[in-house]
Amino acid sequence: MDSKSNVAMKTAVPLDEADNTPTTAQTVGKPSAPALSATDSSAGDDSRPPASVWLKTTGVRYLVRIMALAVAVVLWELASTNGFHFYINFNNIPAPSVVGVALVAELTGQEFYLHILHSLERVAIAYVIAVVMGVILGVAMGRSRWAEDIILPYIELLRPIPAVAWIPLAILMLPTEQSSIIFITFLGALFPVILNTVHGVEQTNSVLVRAARSLGASRTAILWHVVLPGAMPSIVAGLAIGMGVAWFSLLAGEIISGQYGIGYYTWNSCTLIQYPQIIIGMLTIGGLGTLCTLLVRKGCNPLLKWQAKGGRS
Amino acid sequence: MTDVPVNDNRLAVLDHSRLRARSGKPGAERGRISVRDVDIVFDTASGPHVAVQNASLTVRPGEFVCLLGPSGCGKSTLMNSIAGFVPPTRGDVTVDGEAVTEPGPDRGMVFQQHSLFPWKTVKENVAFGPLMAGVGQNEASGVARTFLSLVGLAAFENAYPNTLSGGMQQRVGIARALANYPSVLLMDEPFGALDAQTRIMMQENLLDIWREFRNTVVFVTHDIDEAVFLSDRIVVMSASPGRIIADIDVKLPRPREQSLLTSPEFMTLKRQCLDLIRTETLNAFQQQNKAG
Repeated sequence: MDSKSNVAMKTAVPLDEADNTPTTAQTVGKPSAPALSATDSSAGDDSRPPASVWLKTTGVRYLVRIMALAVAVVLWELASTNGFHFYINFNNIPAPSVVGVALVAELTGQEFYLHILHSLERVAIAYVIAVVMGVILGVAMGRSRWAEDIILPYIELLRPIPAVAWIPLAILMLPTEQSSIIFITFLGALFPVILNTVHGVEQTNSVLVRAARSLGASRTAILWHVVLPGAMPSIVAGLAIGMGVAWFSLLAGEIISGQYGIGYYTWNSCTLIQYPQIIIGMLTIGGLGTLCTLLVRKGCNPLLKWQAKGGRS
Repeated sequence: MTDVPVNDNRLAVLDHSRLRARSGKPGAERGRISVRDVDIVFDTASGPHVAVQNASLTVRPGEFVCLLGPSGCGKSTLMNSIAGFVPPTRGDVTVDGEAVTEPGPDRGMVFQQHSLFPWKTVKENVAFGPLMAGVGQNEASGVARTFLSLVGLAAFENAYPNTLSGGMQQRVGIARALANYPSVLLMDEPFGALDAQTRIMMQENLLDIWREFRNTVVFVTHDIDEAVFLSDRIVVMSASPGRIIADIDVKLPRPREQSLLTSPEFMTLKRQCLDLIRTETLNAFQQQNKAG
């Protein structure tokens, strides 16, 4: 007990110091006053909380999240094994234990991984195209009224159309099955990326543009150094949402796939009435979608590290 | 490298050849501002609004001029026309004989607050101007370090602006504007958002730096103490429409320190400005009441 509270005391002190430094420095207005050099160098650094604090905050929060999911699994198991039927019917739903056995069988085979690999490839290609196109179109729309007036009607009109509805046209218009699937996945990711980019670019701070102009920046330099970094938080949000929607749309696209893909796997299990496999497919899409969205967020973190101060952790 | 140099020789690091290029022979002096018969009219929803009316003003190279007036009197607008952000509706604005048509690095700007690029570190902010002028990354970083030492923030070169206090951010803003060695420094109520104590220290710092730089400064403020303490000349403006109503020479000795604020000479000048401003503020009130 004693040693534990000691650790907490020690860790609390450096945190406080780091927080206070900028305020202390504020009172030292005179440049080159000797007090500046000694203590203030730490103010710029992100002070990372020590391990014990991490365990108490982040660690606990992840534990809560895992527990929340575990509760659902337990309830589901109970509902399935006891044949719960009150408006919602669990009679024909395989219990998590049954799904688990089926999953182990899938994981020991090769087929399942091929499904995942094919889907990952399609999502990757579709997503990259969507991000490049989305950001370029979004910046153009945010910067030019002409571009916005020409492109916006298309977005407004096409955005509400669900991915499944595109299947016939995708098959008719595109040369291969693969390109049709990628097209449908791409469309899903495109709209959130465009709209968030437009939103971010339109919020450009005019004072910063004026500052840049008075420092001799050209239009291109302003785009690169002021507009894009300023829009980045919004763009990153769009990238994360776009990744989620890409996986969402993938299943619709893979309905037309003849052989592989996790969406195809799910759809095929549905036609073959393989209940555990349907659930495996669904959860795999959910899991891969979550994982990819997380990767996008983590990957974009260096672009947003200037925002690090404050906010929830 | 990151140590703050001592007070006496911290200015030795400046590029003195670039400083000298501005002074020297009178004919070669840079930083002469000429504003002639300028009107600035904005179109608003309720009809045209005259922000500046018939303003004429000449600022000599190396002069420190404050534009003083009540809020909304058009002093910032007039300065923005020198900066090149607002074109005059009538009349012309020239700097060193050339008509001002757009903003440029020869006229450094310091804004009231929150004008640093939040995604750039302190050093990257200051290096931005030199980088845009086409010097290499290394040289720009070197210039940035020099100017950060000048404002006493060398230790913070890798910090992001949102981790600094308001006063520190404004010092970075001054360093950033000066890093282009501008012939004119335009300051739009740069200390308006700071607390009184910090403001006085910032004013002293600014005078220290300006003593070496000797560039032309146009400083917009509504704070009479600030105007008298800093400037060689105070140009007083009236409220809507903004007109220049007085041009007061401030012949207080330099270098100036905080003790000046309580001297009789200071008080006399302050009284003079106060009376002018008071009349104008009353006029503005009456106009507003009529309108409302």
